[in-house]
Amino acid sequence: MATKQSRSAARIMLAPAVILLLGWMLVPLVMTLWFSFRQYLPLRGGDQGFVGFDNYIRFISSSSFWPSVQTTLIIVGGVLAITVVLGVVLALLLDQPMWGQGIVRILVIAPFFVMPTVSALVWKNMFMDPVNGLFAHVWKFFGATPVEWLSQASMQSIIMIVSWQWLPFATLILLTAVQSLDSEQLEAAEMDGAPFRSRFWYLILPHLARAITIVVLIQTIFLLSIFAEIFVTTGGAFGTRTLSYLIFQRVLESQNIGLGSAGGVYAIILANIVAIFLMRIVGKNLDA
Amino acid sequence: MARAVTNNRKALNTAIAWAIGLLIFFPILWTILTSFKTEAQAISDPPVFLFFDWTLENYAVVQERSNYARFLWNSIIIAGGSTILGLIIAVPAAWSMAFVPSKRTKDILLWMLSTKMLPAVGVLYPIYLLFIELGLLDTRIGLVVVLMLINLPIIVWMLYTYFKEIPGEILEAARMDGASLKDEILYVLTPMAVPGIASTLLLNFILAWNEAFWTLNLTAAQAAPLTAFIASYSSPEGLFYAKLSAASTMAIAPILIMGWFSQKQLVRGLTFGAVK
Amino acid sequence: MKLTVNALLGATALCTAFSAANAETLTIATVNNGDMIRMQGLTDDFTAKTGHTVEWVTLEENVLRQRVTTDISTKGGQFDLMTIGMYETPIWGANGWLVPLNDLSAEYNVDDLLPAMRNGLSHDGTLYAAPFYGESSMIMYRTDLMEKAGLEMPKAPTWQFIREAAAAMTDRAADINGICLRGKAGWGEGGAIITVTANSFGARWFDEEWNAQFDQPEWKEALTFFSGMMGESGPAGYATNGFNENLSLFQQGKCGMWIDATVAASFVTNPNDSTVADKVGFALAPNSEGVEKRANWLWAWALGIPAGTQKEAAAKQFIEWATSTSYIELVAAKEGWANVPPGARTSLYENPNYQAVPFAQMTLDSILAADPNNPTVKPVPYVGIQFAAIPEFAGIATEVSQEFSAVYAGQQTVDEALAKAQALTTDAMEAAGY
Repeated sequence: MATKQSRSAARIMLAPAVILLLGWMLVPLVMTLWFSFRQYLPLRGGDQGFVGFDNYIRFISSSSFWPSVQTTLIIVGGVLAITVVLGVVLALLLDQPMWGQGIVRILVIAPFFVMPTVSALVWKNMFMDPVNGLFAHVWKFFGATPVEWLSQASMQSIIMIVSWQWLPFATLILLTAVQSLDSEQLEAAEMDGAPFRSRFWYLILPHLARAITIVVLIQTIFLLSIFAEIFVTTGGAFGTRTLSYLIFQRVLESQNIGLGSAGGVYAIILANIVAIFLMRIVGKNLDA
Repeated sequence: MARAVTNNRKALNTAIAWAIGLLIFFPILWTILTSFKTEAQAISDPPVFLFFDWTLENYAVVQERSNYARFLWNSIIIAGGSTILGLIIAVPAAWSMAFVPSKRTKDILLWMLSTKMLPAVGVLYPIYLLFIELGLLDTRIGLVVVLMLINLPIIVWMLYTYFKEIPGEILEAARMDGASLKDEILYVLTPMAVPGIASTLLLNFILAWNEAFWTLNLTAAQAAPLTAFIASYSSPEGLFYAKLSAASTMAIAPILIMGWFSQKQLVRGLTFGAVK
Repeated sequence: MKLTVNALLGATALCTAFSAANAETLTIATVNNGDMIRMQGLTDDFTAKTGHTVEWVTLEENVLRQRVTTDISTKGGQFDLMTIGMYETPIWGANGWLVPLNDLSAEYNVDDLLPAMRNGLSHDGTLYAAPFYGESSMIMYRTDLMEKAGLEMPKAPTWQFIREAAAAMTDRAADINGICLRGKAGWGEGGAIITVTANSFGARWFDEEWNAQFDQPEWKEALTFFSGMMGESGPAGYATNGFNENLSLFQQGKCGMWIDATVAASFVTNPNDSTVADKVGFALAPNSEGVEKRANWLWAWALGIPAGTQKEAAAKQFIEWATSTSYIELVAAKEGWANVPPGARTSLYENPNYQAVPFAQMTLDSILAADPNNPTVKPVPYVGIQFAAIPEFAGIATEVSQEFSAVYAGQQTVDEALAKAQALTTDAMEAAGY
């Protein structure tokens, strides 16, 4: 159907986006690769020459490396699990008839508009502070000892903060999918006496598969690089150092650009492994 | 009988949904409330919820300390500029991928998304050096370009999935009538795509508004947006919950209000092709 | 030819003179601490005197540090003045990144700067940043609670006494913790207090060959003592408490003692913010029995000018304004003597008005007790008390303090933390080529 002319026109239209992104990917990537093979210490006079794979070996053999990969995966996995499960529940709930649906929807999507730094500051100080935080007051009210959230339940706390930020996004996408369900089919199933559980498993969930795929894919991209939430709350202590936080420590706190760049290359590799993994699982759902 | 059941169920739904909605919204509500308290009330034990002496003092202090208007204006320019620039580049790209697909379309799309996986801190130095060379440090145009590039893959993808849902027959009909490529885009596609473009615009405005790494690290005084504004209120000497809350409220209020007014548009197009 | 060069030089000189007289806009990066925020509020006075205007970039301490370090090491030139500390100044000065401050005017009276501060902000005898305020650490304690416990605070107590007093003052039912100390990860937060504590137990970071010393008994003793005492008498969740959290606890009357920066004295005695303002006593930071070094640190927030700025002359004018005696008088006139930036000038401590301030003498004594050139009992190759002035320290100490915070939170033992600290310090020093 497409003519030769429209094909070349299409190419021209695609070109600016591809060229720009190619540049945006290649320039920093090449510079990162270059730095990663050099001993580059800005506070010690800058570039001190080629060191081969030293930085790569040092970064991966550091005792912080594997725990940081694990932490990254736990945070991403935890947030995905919470937002998808609660997102489905919320989407189904919000699709039901009720009074004030519009207002409830506004309340639910509000966290998505809050910048990560603000949300981390608010959660850390006003809710999770073991003395003055609201949670501490609630715990004390019920006679319990306040939890020291950010030290004793550090990972759970961060997963909770990040989930709170991303739940609206998941809910919104899932809600539009729920709304497009064939209601006649559902009603027919209900008439036939199918319990909710089987209606959910055999009708609703398959219909949502594609939306869940998209939620997982987009959130993973954003979650792999979360930073502000950790920087503000724990500063990487108590086992919350993710791979991108470890790179931050190498680049900015230790001022070792070479080592940090090698870490950056590992992070790209990890991201691509996760991406390939995702594509394998979800690729079928994404007939792009 | 059936109606009563429905109403009961509706009441139950309403109760549960409101409870959950308020729970999710509560941190924001609490921040807004705290911003009107005095510092002493903000940490009082037990906490006060509504019955305190409402004061605007914290807003006055924040306003006196920071040039809020400039931070706000920078946020608007940077988020708005990067979104518009992104749309100008992404609309043709998404159009061509949606209507003239080739074997590589899917690969290109996934590759575009993968450029978002480069960890920002890892490339801070390269980008910073580049910005010095180009004289872009602490300029709004520099941030507009960077944020546009960061969000471009999402924009392209969103538009692509939206365009794909536009039936191709309409285009063919238009072509039969002798419409040129330009006419096709301007008079046939664009009107149909407006809802999709609108929600793409909104989503990217939000993402750009909240981006806190590049906006903080590539700016000083002139181009600093609200993300930099809030960085001056985290943990000064002493815990000033009320002032922190006032600053937080000022940082999120504009986008929150915008989001609420436009949530219908946002929701309508936020499908990423999830709905078939 | 020669004539042309001369003419050119003359023209350049003229231009410089001209632009110096012209009104400039200075971009100043600073920390969001109370004294700096007060300075921002007084900027109009500077503009009125010199005609220059100021753009403030106010950031939280950690954000500021990463921001200015990136900028200065890449020569980004975003700032005309930077607020930096005693840690950065000698390192940056040695790298030639800062404009030497050896030509300040006579009325500025550079000799009036406290010698400890001046030395700490110099490299090879050249001053590279001017102290805005300086601090050591000292004990702030509740006189009423001390009395109730039937104890009396000596002027120069030992850690052993502090532990005993803390246990006696603790009243969990009344929400009173005997002692509040920083446990928060970060080299400038919990890292600072544990390092000076270790110093006062005879420990050191590195031996003279730059070998990490966490495998030595002194470190084990210090960390065991610290976490033991805090477990007995410290507040819940102290593993995440930094300066701010402790200040707020003390102001709310929830701490019996607090060992921290001397600048805190003006906050805890300010009746507007503090519920215990009239019940605070001060004492010298403790030492372990028989160890000559006390837990006194030394720090200054100072203003430095990045080399290569176009606005050097105006920047120097700002330094002479902000760190002068007349600035101190300006603050005193507006906010009272207790609120002036402390710890930078000798003349301040000779001023009878300031001597009337309850914490003035103890602040001075604490600063004088700190010796950055000989910070530890055993000899060390580095300068600095709660830090070692080498570029690698900030990164290493932050990670080490994270391991310690995990001890405070009960997530690992002292031995595990010290073993990890030893390993990661050794590794990082190796990476840096020691």
